[in-house]
Amino acid sequence: MTIVGRFEIESRQYLDVQGRSVQEIPESARDPRLLVALYRQMVLARTFDQKMLALQRTGQLGTFASGLGKEAIDIGVASVMREDDCLLITYRETAAQLARGVSMLEMLLYWGGDERGSNYAAARKDFPVCITIASHCCHAVGAAYAMKLRGESRVAVCMSGDGASSKGEFYEALNGAGVWKLPVLFVVTNNQWAISVPRKLQSAATTLAQKAIAAGIPGIQVDGNDLIAVRQVALEAAERARAGQGPTLIEAVSYRLSDHTTADDASRYRDADELAAAWQREPIGRLRNYLLGIQVWSRSEEEALLKSCLDEVQRATDAYLAHPSPAPAQMFDHLFASPPTALAAQRGQALARGQVDAAGHAG
Amino acid sequence: MPQVTLVEAVNLALARAMADDGTVVVLGEDVGTDGGVFRATLGLRERFGPERVIDTPLAEQLITGMAIGMAVEGLRPVAEIQFSGFAYICIDQILNHAARMRHRTQGRMGCSMVLRTPCGAGIHPPEHHSESPEAMFAHIPGIRVVYPSSPRRAYGLLLASIQDPDPVVFLEPTRLYRLFKEDLADDGKPFALDTCFTLREGADITLVSWGAMVHETLQAASRLEQQGVFAEVIDVATLRPLDMDTILASVAKTGRCVVVTEAPRSGSFASEIAANLAEHGLLTLFAPVSRVTSYDVVVPLSRLENAYMPDTERILTAVRKCLAFA
Repeated sequence: MTIVGRFEIESRQYLDVQGRSVQEIPESARDPRLLVALYRQMVLARTFDQKMLALQRTGQLGTFASGLGKEAIDIGVASVMREDDCLLITYRETAAQLARGVSMLEMLLYWGGDERGSNYAAARKDFPVCITIASHCCHAVGAAYAMKLRGESRVAVCMSGDGASSKGEFYEALNGAGVWKLPVLFVVTNNQWAISVPRKLQSAATTLAQKAIAAGIPGIQVDGNDLIAVRQVALEAAERARAGQGPTLIEAVSYRLSDHTTADDASRYRDADELAAAWQREPIGRLRNYLLGIQVWSRSEEEALLKSCLDEVQRATDAYLAHPSPAPAQMFDHLFASPPTALAAQRGQALARGQVDAAGHAG
Repeated sequence: MPQVTLVEAVNLALARAMADDGTVVVLGEDVGTDGGVFRATLGLRERFGPERVIDTPLAEQLITGMAIGMAVEGLRPVAEIQFSGFAYICIDQILNHAARMRHRTQGRMGCSMVLRTPCGAGIHPPEHHSESPEAMFAHIPGIRVVYPSSPRRAYGLLLASIQDPDPVVFLEPTRLYRLFKEDLADDGKPFALDTCFTLREGADITLVSWGAMVHETLQAASRLEQQGVFAEVIDVATLRPLDMDTILASVAKTGRCVVVTEAPRSGSFASEIAANLAEHGLLTLFAPVSRVTSYDVVVPLSRLENAYMPDTERILTAVRKCLAFA
């Protein structure tokens, strides 16, 4: 017998579920000010996430996909990105967007049904939310190709979920990025559920990280509830990408603590015990315990942080609720760089009709 | 002035665009070393290098999605899908992303890309190589759909499509790739998009077509002239956005119109033109608008191809009926 290939998949963790270090903390996470700053971002993101849910439940926001439980993945990955890198996300990466400088008002506008929310004032190179699963993985390859062609040291970071790893475009993207050794980080949040379909029904593969092997690129699994591990693994991948050594697939193992979206009821298909057990592994408490343990964080600072997060989120909410709806012309403007003559008549009709409220009354 | 075929005109336009603009890249299956299965990209790799003339893995969604990512990042990609039957899988990327990128970011990101694919029946190929998908693409808001019918228009319209700041689906009539030649200056001058081309003037009837069927339509017009009937022939060229003004003005003059396409009949782009004529040109019409199309069947394999596609005789029959209507 001749063996023509062997592979193994590393799994990385620095903090256990109690927030105790299980191995030497890497250089990338030794600066306590940085860790505290990232912790603050995680808490702000969760505060904002919970406010979005509350707004939806009270009829003030559209359908929304909560990122509850994946804060360490989003913040850890975003923490290794440079301003001019490019983030491509699916719909559950509110925390990563926040870390990239997308404003709460912009995200509220988007989820509240206004396209202006995707015209980010900062993060100009970041792609808008991608709802059609895994199609954005191919955009990341194209963006990274452009970066490499121009000889830039930028990277494209593409975030998706475990369900996305079943799609053809996911594999097409990994495969293409491998062929051209492109600067891409494919980050898969394995939160165990794609709406109601559990991880074991997505794939018979032991890990999702090993899907990298078929594409000839490095793949690694990381504890997605361990901020330090996510940051370190993403940093290693980004450094390789910037050095021209090509893409990496990172499977960040976590758990979807929320329903799929506000239109879903996860209690229909998963056990309360499983959810309760997942809460024991969640990322924010774990990092807080670590910070308390190394004495760079205190209960009083925690209280002050929670209050300031609530205040900041409330200010954004107030601005959102006071924001006027877009004018009907928005449907036509920016569809093309220059408005085609053929659309002028329809645009005129829409303007004459004016804004129409939910009950169908022109106003 | 050299005489070139339509596929050579495509090649010249690609070379000219790549020479004039360093952000133009070509990608697709076999477009590099092989020069494309129809040789549309012949010699480009040698001239512009493998970084800009990219042989991709066999993955159409990757090709289309990559082009979108490249375009958003400031390149001007021209992606080739080898045959139109393989382009259906790209509709997701075109419809959900390319067409929406500028609008959904409110102008922050554009998507200046071209998706080229050979189209239409009549070259006796295997299954899935003879499709006429133009109406499917034309139904997508936010993109241009361009379908040239001669070497010169292929050259000028492809240059314009590459320079256009928005996504263009560029359909190439496979049957015309090497059917005839035209003088071509290779002067780098783009033709106007969003406008029809009146190929032949006449006062008795308007014949409207696009793609390979323009060829049969012109033949029909020549035959009619021998019989003393003067047909105006319009090549739609850009299906979306549609220049209905030119068609309406012609029909206002002739009062009669036959629309010719080799796509299946129901929901075809001929139906869209006929509906527009009914809405906006009814009082100028002396006869019902007539559609000459293929049938509502799947494109047959090669032995029945000729029985499927419209030909000059079918166009003439429709014209005679239209002229006889009182």
